[in-house]
Amino acid sequence: MPDKRASMHDAVADLVRDGETVAIEGFTHLISFAAGHEIIRQRKRHLTLCRLTPDLIYDQMVAAGVADGLVFSWLGNPGVGSLHAIRRRLEGGNPLQIEEYSHFGMVGRYTAGAAGLPFYPLRSYQGSDLPAVNPKIVPIQSPYGDETVYAVPPLHPDVAIVHVQRADASGNAQIWGLLGCQREAAFAADRVIVVAEELVEEAVIRADPNRTVIPHAIVDAVVIEPRGCHPSYAQGYYDRDNRFYLDWEAISRDPEQLDAWLGEWVYGVASRQEYAEKLGAERWDELTPGPAPAAPVDYGSYQ
Amino acid sequence: MTVGYSPAEMMIVAAARLLEGERTCFVGVGLPNIACNLARHDKAPDLELIYESGVFGARPARLPLSIGDAALVTGSLSVTSMNELFSYYLQGGLIDVGFLGAAQLDRHGNINTTVIGDYHHPKVRLPGSGGACEIALNARKVHVIMRQSPRSFVSRVDFITSPGRVLDTVVTDLGLYRVEEGEMTLISIHPGVTAGDVQAATGWPLRVAPDLATTPAPAPHELRLIREELDPARVRSVKETVPDLSGSGDCAQDPERGSPHGLRWRPAG
Repeated sequence: MPDKRASMHDAVADLVRDGETVAIEGFTHLISFAAGHEIIRQRKRHLTLCRLTPDLIYDQMVAAGVADGLVFSWLGNPGVGSLHAIRRRLEGGNPLQIEEYSHFGMVGRYTAGAAGLPFYPLRSYQGSDLPAVNPKIVPIQSPYGDETVYAVPPLHPDVAIVHVQRADASGNAQIWGLLGCQREAAFAADRVIVVAEELVEEAVIRADPNRTVIPHAIVDAVVIEPRGCHPSYAQGYYDRDNRFYLDWEAISRDPEQLDAWLGEWVYGVASRQEYAEKLGAERWDELTPGPAPAAPVDYGSYQ
Repeated sequence: MTVGYSPAEMMIVAAARLLEGERTCFVGVGLPNIACNLARHDKAPDLELIYESGVFGARPARLPLSIGDAALVTGSLSVTSMNELFSYYLQGGLIDVGFLGAAQLDRHGNINTTVIGDYHHPKVRLPGSGGACEIALNARKVHVIMRQSPRSFVSRVDFITSPGRVLDTVVTDLGLYRVEEGEMTLISIHPGVTAGDVQAATGWPLRVAPDLATTPAPAPHELRLIREELDPARVRSVKETVPDLSGSGDCAQDPERGSPHGLRWRPAG
């Protein structure tokens, strides 16, 4: 299988293009802040950003001017408050194009995109005002009875960027912990960048195939980027930096502070490695969880 | 002997009591999380906690800040993709009860977590649905926990994010409500609260049940569980904050709320 390893710089330069639709997925867990920051550093423009929860990474990307549009289902700083850079755009005079769903609607959109279906049916939205403000959410009648369900259209990102715990050089990628809808987003996308905490041999993947979420066949680039999720987290590797999520409330509330933060932590570092070093060993120690290993399973040998 | 307690503790205890006999509950962070864990330690020992992030049967060892906390995964019964969680667990009919937050609630029990003002030119842009819309349509019943004021208890919400079709009980800092004959009805009032206080915090002439009850105050064993086991750092249950939830329970319903700096936790054991 081909070796698809690339630096984050090269993967973003080659595979993320101005004006495209980009999904950096991961539900709270495994959000590739490293990729988002590289997109900011390369001054990509006019992107449409998709995520269930735009989270701090899209607040930062919107503040940095990379995005014209946002497709989402929950727009907040999880557990803390608001995404103020995005809110300023929506409440002020410099509007961002938004397309809004519920979580299941977004999951359904990726699922239809991944499965090659023209729409995804779900039991939601009846009696909600969401269909009135988003004409892509449409009631349809069951062909087998009188029931009405709602349809959402497939979502086909030009690029999906998915962080995983481990991958091999060709892009077979394994995740444990919250799975979000990374698999669906990756299969729905035209191009896929896998970002991994650790590079492993193909044999490690083959020894535990149930854990593989993304196969090499849909992967365009593999970026080995330890600590690439901070302040999001990687289960078993480092915890979510809740202190930073709390701090973001004040930073993003003030455009000058936000610009200064981008200057120091995004434009002011050349790479994720520099960012991680700048954060300091003490912070990483605080974020390192204790062990909680699973019992091994035996797949059996059949010769 | 009278034991002091905070309005938030009253809300947690009142919410936990609603879970007696329930088997499966969709949980948000903040007060619902403490309420659900209190119920599991007390009145509903077999309650399974389900989080829209994909977790069934969570046993978090610490108070999670977000519904995607790593502590929800470790020690849980199952972790699924979100599609599986919404499709099989929620839409498949496995969820007895869901807890939702609301920035606005109207007299018919409809929930707004999307915008204050016009959708296209919002005065305040709120987080939106998250999973709340489908929870409100697919759980057997829904309880809402929210702080009550004329701004939040309005005759008509600015936007219906989640319809109140299966709304069962609303727990506020002042009392308990149920939808009766299509209208929110005050059924119980918390100790020390007057009918005048409740009407003053409601944006329409409030319907009151003829057999209006007084909510039993938190019992010492309920307060001990909250303070010593569930929220020992007292980050959620002491401060008179709006519950940190919106949409499916994940926070940020009060956009004017200050930054909760200094929030921290210790393991809940």
